[in-house]
Amino acid sequence: MIEQEKEFYSKSKDSKYGKRIKKFTRTKESLIKIFFTINGVAALIFIILIFIFLFKEGFKSLEHIGLLDFLYTTRAGADGSTQTVFEWYPTSTEPRYSLIPLILGTLLTAIPATIISTIFGVAAGIYLSEVANPKWKEFLKPLIELFAGIPTVVLGFIMLVIGASFFNDLLNPANRLNAFVAAIGLSFVIIPVIASLTEDALHSIPNDLRMASYGLGATKWQTISRVILPAAFSGVSASVILGFGRAIGETMIVLMAAGNAANITANIFLSVRTMTATIAAEMGEVSQGSDHYYSLFFIGIVLFTITFILNLIAEMIINKMRKKNTF
Amino acid sequence: MLELRKKKKDFVGSLAIWFVRIMFFSLVLVLMLLLGKIVEQGIGTISFEFIFDDPKNNMTEGGIFPAIFGTIAVTLIMILMAVPLGVCSAIYLNEYAKDSFFTRIIRTSINNLAGVPSIVFGLFGLGFFILFIGRGMDEVLETGLLFGQPALIWASATLAVLVLPIVIVSTLEALNSVPKSHRDASYGLGATKWQTIKSVVLPQARPGILTGTILAISRGAGETAPILFLGAAFFLPNLPVTDLCIGDYCIPMINPAKQFMYLAYHIFILATQSSNPTKTLPIQYGSTLVLIGLTFLLNITAIIFRYRFRKSLGRL
Repeated sequence: MIEQEKEFYSKSKDSKYGKRIKKFTRTKESLIKIFFTINGVAALIFIILIFIFLFKEGFKSLEHIGLLDFLYTTRAGADGSTQTVFEWYPTSTEPRYSLIPLILGTLLTAIPATIISTIFGVAAGIYLSEVANPKWKEFLKPLIELFAGIPTVVLGFIMLVIGASFFNDLLNPANRLNAFVAAIGLSFVIIPVIASLTEDALHSIPNDLRMASYGLGATKWQTISRVILPAAFSGVSASVILGFGRAIGETMIVLMAAGNAANITANIFLSVRTMTATIAAEMGEVSQGSDHYYSLFFIGIVLFTITFILNLIAEMIINKMRKKNTF
Repeated sequence: MLELRKKKKDFVGSLAIWFVRIMFFSLVLVLMLLLGKIVEQGIGTISFEFIFDDPKNNMTEGGIFPAIFGTIAVTLIMILMAVPLGVCSAIYLNEYAKDSFFTRIIRTSINNLAGVPSIVFGLFGLGFFILFIGRGMDEVLETGLLFGQPALIWASATLAVLVLPIVIVSTLEALNSVPKSHRDASYGLGATKWQTIKSVVLPQARPGILTGTILAISRGAGETAPILFLGAAFFLPNLPVTDLCIGDYCIPMINPAKQFMYLAYHIFILATQSSNPTKTLPIQYGSTLVLIGLTFLLNITAIIFRYRFRKSLGRL
């Protein structure tokens, strides 16, 4: 401790007035700290509560419906033989709760949407980060982010009114509202996500790498395809995983444009029903406390778990990438 | 020879770069066309009456004022709940908490919360706010079935939990960007921790916090899935407003125990359950234009704020 500091502290100890202020501020400071800590804890509690209430309500469904009933139902056929059916038919007198058609429907909309979005999103990310004039980029990146802000109900409405007719004339599908139309609608949500995150990942690659590549005589495209993209591979794949998670969790577009028929099919031009759309469509009419009601919460658990795992994987990849990039 | 090889390589490369460029601009073009279509179809419907009138004749005529009012009321209450909690917990995480296992759990779960499907928040709102808190309040206060049913307050609370990660993450980013040297300077002048936060850190982080708030409003106003079964109504003759009287003096207040109309929900209902689709289509385009205009306005404001914020940080 320096001499002056010692003097300062000794003085403040002597002065009764100064000491009292110090004590007062100290209590105030610790009270403020407690206040902020409570807020931090409250935020965590809300997160835990979401988890608890979802699982609490969802697991009640298992009291009456077995875990296997969520996969298939065995029924006695007309001739006495038993047959296995995969049907979501919770309001029938003989309710069937198989999630298989809903999961297939979700995948049939989410996977094509992710494929389309990866192609366009990664291309847009490369354009923004590597090709576009930096001055233009200042304007173009916010533009892409602006599109990410379009409410999904608007996209659902557009796909319902314009998109469905357009693809009906173009491809003549079996159902007017089908998985393909929904996938196109979902792409509008996911492309900005992938584009923005890909741009971030590419942008975070140190400039030294580009310079070294150019110095070795590589052209712009060679630098992008053989240096930048491999270096940013983990970031780009994280963006695709996050996009896939968004596609699985999106509700309004699939509710309005996918046709809502629980078909078991691999045909992208047939109507399908996703997990999210099932919750949205049926929760309003279900009687509280029924098996059907709890089974909708069970679908919520499945959705929550899938997206949580996908997000966790993406976050782990991004954290790993950050560690690698900070030399 | 060397010249020739170089040219060939450049050809493939520039083709690829042109491909990327074309992909990007075709994307922008498609989005512009969609927006153009909405503006073209919707602009004719928008008028003073459309914004400020009630729906008439089974929603085939008239305006959308109750839906706009409901959207504003819900997002207003949502912001009152989400922003103080979000900002304070971000201050705790960034300024007070040490980097421990506990704070790492909070950070990870906040990041993950942002990716949870919005419909799951709807389930949470139903299970927690309406059935647990609402019904619980009814039992304790013996109010019959007053709180334990879908209402404006529960929709706002659910949306508040939904936008909480947005507020926290953007506030954290803003607090993080305040240079350590500024804090040190403040401590050096004898300021306490709270004084430093109050007069040095928060004023600098304000634009960043504001950006997060605006983005949260925009997200909340556009969200439909979680409020589907939390009190959004097809059509209501009255606004969710009650006169709050103190003696003889009455002021109209938002009544959070009532159901409400919501712009995004209104579009959904008109699109899927319209009684007369050809007649309601113009109203639908008009409502869509209003909603898109609202969210774009908010997003553009947020983007400009963030741009200025980042620019001012660059200068420091």
